[in-house]
Amino acid sequence: MLAFIIRRLFQSLLVMVAVGFIAFSLFNFVGDPVNNMVGIDATIEERQRMAESLGLNDPFPVQFARFAANAVRGDFGQSFRLSVPVEDAIAERLPATLELVFVAALLSLAIGVPLGVYTGLHRNSPLSRLLLTVSLIGISLPTFLIGILLILVFSVWLNWLPSFGRGETVDIGWQSNLVSLDGLRSIILPALTLCLFQLTLVMRLVRAEMLEVLRTDYIKFARARGLTNRAVHFGHALKNTLVPVITITGLQIGNLIAFAIITETVFQWPGMGLLFLQAIQFVDIPVMAAYLCLVAFIFVLINLVVDLLYYTIDPRLRIDKRVHGQ
Amino acid sequence: MPFTDDHERRQPGTTDLAAAAESGGTLARARDRLHRFVDSDVFYSFRKSPITVAAFAVTLLCFVCAFGAPWIAPHDTNDVATLDLMNAELPPVWLEGGDWRYILGTDDQGRDVLSAIMFGMQVSLIVGFASVIFAMVLGVGLGLISGYVGGRLDHFIMRVADVQLSFPSVLVALLLFGFAKTVLPRGMQDDVAILVLIFAIGLSSWVQFARTVRGSTMVEKNKEYVQAARVIGRRPLPIMLQHILPNVMGPVLVIATINLALAIITEATLSFLGVGVPPTQPSLGTLIRFGNNFLFSGQWWMTIFPGTALVALALAVNLLGDWLRDALNPKLR
Amino acid sequence: MNTRAPVLESAGSAKAPVLQVENLRVEFPTRRGTLVAVDDISFRIDPGEVLGVVGESGAGKSLTGAAIIGLLEPPGRIAGGRILFAGERIDTLGRQEMRRLRGRHIAMIFQDPLTSLNPLYTIAHQLIETIRTHLDMSERAARKHAIELLFEVGIPDAGKRVDEYPHQFSGGMRQRVVIALALAAHPRLIIADEPTTALDVSIQAQIITLLKRLCVEHGTSVMLITHDMGVIAETADRVAVMYAGRIAEIGAVQQVILGAMHPYTHGLMGSIPMIDRDMDHLVQIDGAMPRLTEIPPGCAFSPRCKEAMPTCFSERPDLARVGDAKVACWLFEGDEKTGRRSEEANAAGKGSDPDAARLEAEANSDIADRAKERASAGASDIDRKTDEIEGRTATMADGTDDILVQVSDLARDFDISPPLLNRIFEGGKRSVVQAVDRVDFSIRSGRTFSLVGESGCGKSTVARLIVGLYTPSGGRIEFEGRDLARIDGRGEIEGIRKRMQMIFQDPYASLNPRWRVEDIIAEPIRAGNLLQGRKAIDARIAELLVQVGLSPLDGRKFPHEFSGGQRQRISIARALASRPEFLICDEPTSALDVSVQAQILNLMKSLQKELGLTCLFISHDLAVVRHISDEVGVMYLGRLVEWSDAATIFDAPMHPYTRMLRDAIPDLKMTGQDRIPVAGEVPSPLNPPSGCHFHPRCPHVEERCRREIPQSTRRDGRLVACHAFEEGRLPPSKSSIPDDSIRNPE
Repeated sequence: MLAFIIRRLFQSLLVMVAVGFIAFSLFNFVGDPVNNMVGIDATIEERQRMAESLGLNDPFPVQFARFAANAVRGDFGQSFRLSVPVEDAIAERLPATLELVFVAALLSLAIGVPLGVYTGLHRNSPLSRLLLTVSLIGISLPTFLIGILLILVFSVWLNWLPSFGRGETVDIGWQSNLVSLDGLRSIILPALTLCLFQLTLVMRLVRAEMLEVLRTDYIKFARARGLTNRAVHFGHALKNTLVPVITITGLQIGNLIAFAIITETVFQWPGMGLLFLQAIQFVDIPVMAAYLCLVAFIFVLINLVVDLLYYTIDPRLRIDKRVHGQ
Repeated sequence: MPFTDDHERRQPGTTDLAAAAESGGTLARARDRLHRFVDSDVFYSFRKSPITVAAFAVTLLCFVCAFGAPWIAPHDTNDVATLDLMNAELPPVWLEGGDWRYILGTDDQGRDVLSAIMFGMQVSLIVGFASVIFAMVLGVGLGLISGYVGGRLDHFIMRVADVQLSFPSVLVALLLFGFAKTVLPRGMQDDVAILVLIFAIGLSSWVQFARTVRGSTMVEKNKEYVQAARVIGRRPLPIMLQHILPNVMGPVLVIATINLALAIITEATLSFLGVGVPPTQPSLGTLIRFGNNFLFSGQWWMTIFPGTALVALALAVNLLGDWLRDALNPKLR
Repeated sequence: MNTRAPVLESAGSAKAPVLQVENLRVEFPTRRGTLVAVDDISFRIDPGEVLGVVGESGAGKSLTGAAIIGLLEPPGRIAGGRILFAGERIDTLGRQEMRRLRGRHIAMIFQDPLTSLNPLYTIAHQLIETIRTHLDMSERAARKHAIELLFEVGIPDAGKRVDEYPHQFSGGMRQRVVIALALAAHPRLIIADEPTTALDVSIQAQIITLLKRLCVEHGTSVMLITHDMGVIAETADRVAVMYAGRIAEIGAVQQVILGAMHPYTHGLMGSIPMIDRDMDHLVQIDGAMPRLTEIPPGCAFSPRCKEAMPTCFSERPDLARVGDAKVACWLFEGDEKTGRRSEEANAAGKGSDPDAARLEAEANSDIADRAKERASAGASDIDRKTDEIEGRTATMADGTDDILVQVSDLARDFDISPPLLNRIFEGGKRSVVQAVDRVDFSIRSGRTFSLVGESGCGKSTVARLIVGLYTPSGGRIEFEGRDLARIDGRGEIEGIRKRMQMIFQDPYASLNPRWRVEDIIAEPIRAGNLLQGRKAIDARIAELLVQVGLSPLDGRKFPHEFSGGQRQRISIARALASRPEFLICDEPTSALDVSVQAQILNLMKSLQKELGLTCLFISHDLAVVRHISDEVGVMYLGRLVEWSDAATIFDAPMHPYTRMLRDAIPDLKMTGQDRIPVAGEVPSPLNPPSGCHFHPRCPHVEERCRREIPQSTRRDGRLVACHAFEEGRLPPSKSSIPDDSIRNPE
């Protein structure tokens, strides 16, 4: 267990260093950082001094170490486009994205898992077949198109819900959408847009796992022992599908953060994704680097949590494989 | 009659007969093969599923429209000279003000939406196919090596795959674009945009191929036919290519199909975000993006028709992939 | 061992049967028509009775079990007949009622104990859940009952182990847990579907003993489904022989096994190799059981039957009573004939059957003739090569001490240590499994040497070391006196590899499903560049196919078009393609049905004779080994414990392990003589016992055995690695009486 965690931590660290290295390369080798800091009419001496003060003349490892040290403290420098410290810009927008992702993840799991279990258990019922076909449409619909369609229907034609922005937010330690009516109204469409694709994926995955487990010998044996359907399905089968489902859920949250970029663009949701997209269009390197590091950090964190959850579910991982019985 | 079974009863068992069958020609063998295919379970499950047949028809239609566009499209939307602002923002033909020359209406530049969809689909399909092939070659190759060689190399490839998998495709593609945008001079960006797009989408989906192929390879590698080949003294590369590869292609085909749909969607998404193909070669995503600006002012056809075409194509390909998976996996039936 | 409570036996016939199956028919609708998997079968099981249901794979025996307990997998369905349990019809019960019946009144045991238990729950959880589903018990009472059950099925330290997870138990122990689960609600009938097939022979003996004891104690009836006649002979009171979904013969086990009447049963019994007798050829039933799609009209066995009459091909025989048994065969329909046939069957022992001997001779000459024909028809360059090789083999076979393969001090370790970090933080130790531990043997040219032992003893590893699939960690392998590890130059080593080939166990995995048979057989020829030109290769392929009893036209087909036995013939053809002198056979028949196994064994024997092959034969089946080999080595946990000629080692085994193994084999003769009960399980190879690996299970253990690894001692033409043997304190082989100091865990 301890060794496992240490190994995972070590791997996470490696990933972070690799990502940090990419971000650092963005900074230093892509485009000339001095050019970005001083005006075009600066003299060579001014440039020299700038480079010196930025530490650009130091050996490479020293520069990387400095970058890493700053990054750990959350210091990524100034945004070229916004002219504010990057960490401030991100701190301002992080809650918007996290709330959106949280609501979408909750929705996709709360709806996707039961639907998956249902379609797995009753795989030949008409409702299952209908759900499966609909889920294929869900997978075939690009997120941005879902957003556009939802806006068209609920904002333009029906005029029920706002089509863009966060609406009214309340400060509860951060700016939140989840405590005011207007805020909730505003988050419905973006969250729905974001969750739909993931929902279909979760549902199809749970179904596939369920079918796989239902074919195993221990399920057959459980039936042969006369256990109730309820016990067989929800006691024995469902628990065995949990491990892969948790893996995928972890990956889904990562996906949600990425797809939030699209949703935020469609709904002009002032989150990190929108910030990142604008940064790409304006070649705002510090913001790109910071976003990259932050997202990588979130992924690594999720993966760690997922690994720990495995341990609580699967006894085969918890106890060494020592075989008694001699 | 020991050692006799029905095979022998039919044929007395001489080499001459085998030779005669041989000279019977390739035609007979081709007929035999066709017959075998038509009689096969896979074809049977295809015939028995009307929805799959329909999906196949839609996919075929999309292909014909896309790659026949230069010949069958009503207008050549790539030719700016033919555009006339007088024809801008015409609605589809069944609405008031519609024009029979522009069945699905026109955009703000006077471009025929139907023709634009056909050409756009061509771009979407090319990018989709190219990126899937790229991902397939990369993923299958790495998966084969990883699974067959094992050990540290396997460990390394799979760790990289893990990391890659935790970065979703859209994000990878966006990052690559950010990179390309900063590295490449402005003039070159449009020229290589499609290549970058293919590379980005392909790079983000190789993991699925690699994992599947690795898993199957590890199973196949321990099967006795592979060991038999090793006993004969065959080298690893021929074993991988001649023995293992044909036996792991089933799931690869399924993933490729599903990934084609995914690649088309990803391409559209990136183009929609404005980081995809250059505006001079609009894909379906680009069309939707342009149209989106006019959505609120009531010119919905500029968005909805390309969007419908995109979903129809993706759905058809997905349906085919779904059917293929069930057909190749008899356990599920 | 045939101790059955007489009380139960007599009471059984008086009481109403526990289970009555009448004209049961199970169908599978498919797109090519409806398959009838179980076709009009009837039988009954009395209280306390063990009914064996025996048959080859696909005979419909498992489906019968599944149909009774209501667990047929869709689209399979009961299409006709009735099933009565304790006089009440159960095939028409609703799902809920059927569920309440399962586990409570009818329980089931499956084949593979490793997959039968849910890995995520403790044994206690699964037991308590089952108990409380059926019996009105508190959690605490159920737990107490669970521990009692575990104790009853012979799990030591049950009170503690009840809270462990399935993966913490060995395979044999898991099967005991499965049995405990089946017994949890005291059912009246247990359907055991191949309960010992996945287990080693010594564990199998223990599980059989356990099942028998429990049934007697609880008065439970058992329907024992198996392919193994030996298990039936050990366990059952009556036996039903199934063939192609029908019952061929049913009756008291003595009658059916010792005096089989139906030609199929008769042939089946004759095709089983015997542990205590040398036979030149096994009785052979040609062909294979028909696929469900092509069951012939009339008697399903008629195409394979040597005594088929015109009626057999057109009309299906019903089960007719003959003496104590019932037989479905036209030979037994007429009264006078019946008398003659059954008498003859009862009088004649299986092996001394003159018919069988005649058939053997036929089989022998036929294959030889055909092979000769082939050889003369072959192209000239093939002839030349044949002569060359045959010439060489002949000279080598002249000297009796001509050793072709010599293995000395051979060792192979597998490092299965946990990763470094686990070792540092969790105190994990470096662990190395010695899969093969200093093994010595030699194989004389033209002879068959067999390695035998239970799973994990390292016999397959030895085979793989010799063919070069693994590299040895120590020791030497010499081929014609040349150390394989010291041969430089790829060409030369390839030249030697060409002369040794391997035949594998699983006929379904050993042929590439995507290749045509002709390409599969040609692979060694093409890879080694042995023949030039398509014509020559094609001719050789045709020759090989005929040699193994297939048709040259079969070359165009794909492996999936063949049955298991035919595939194994293809494997043999491939192995022979490069004209090897040395053939390594790794359990080549253990995945095959008995009748098909007989075909393959006969084929291998005659091919070996004809081509002068030297063979290394790997098997866990002692009877097969006895039948096929000249010399036998017995392995236990990586070490060779005994090495002698085949007759000696089985007629008078010396090493205590060989003796135990020999006595664990089910007694097909049903002599009922006393045997050494099997003690304990094979220890984990990860942590083998010190000194002699066998000492914890050995009845002759002394202090020295725990300390010191025994060296091989040669005496009377055999090598035995045992201190007791060396010191001469082993009792003579035949009078081995169970020692009081060693107790069976039962």
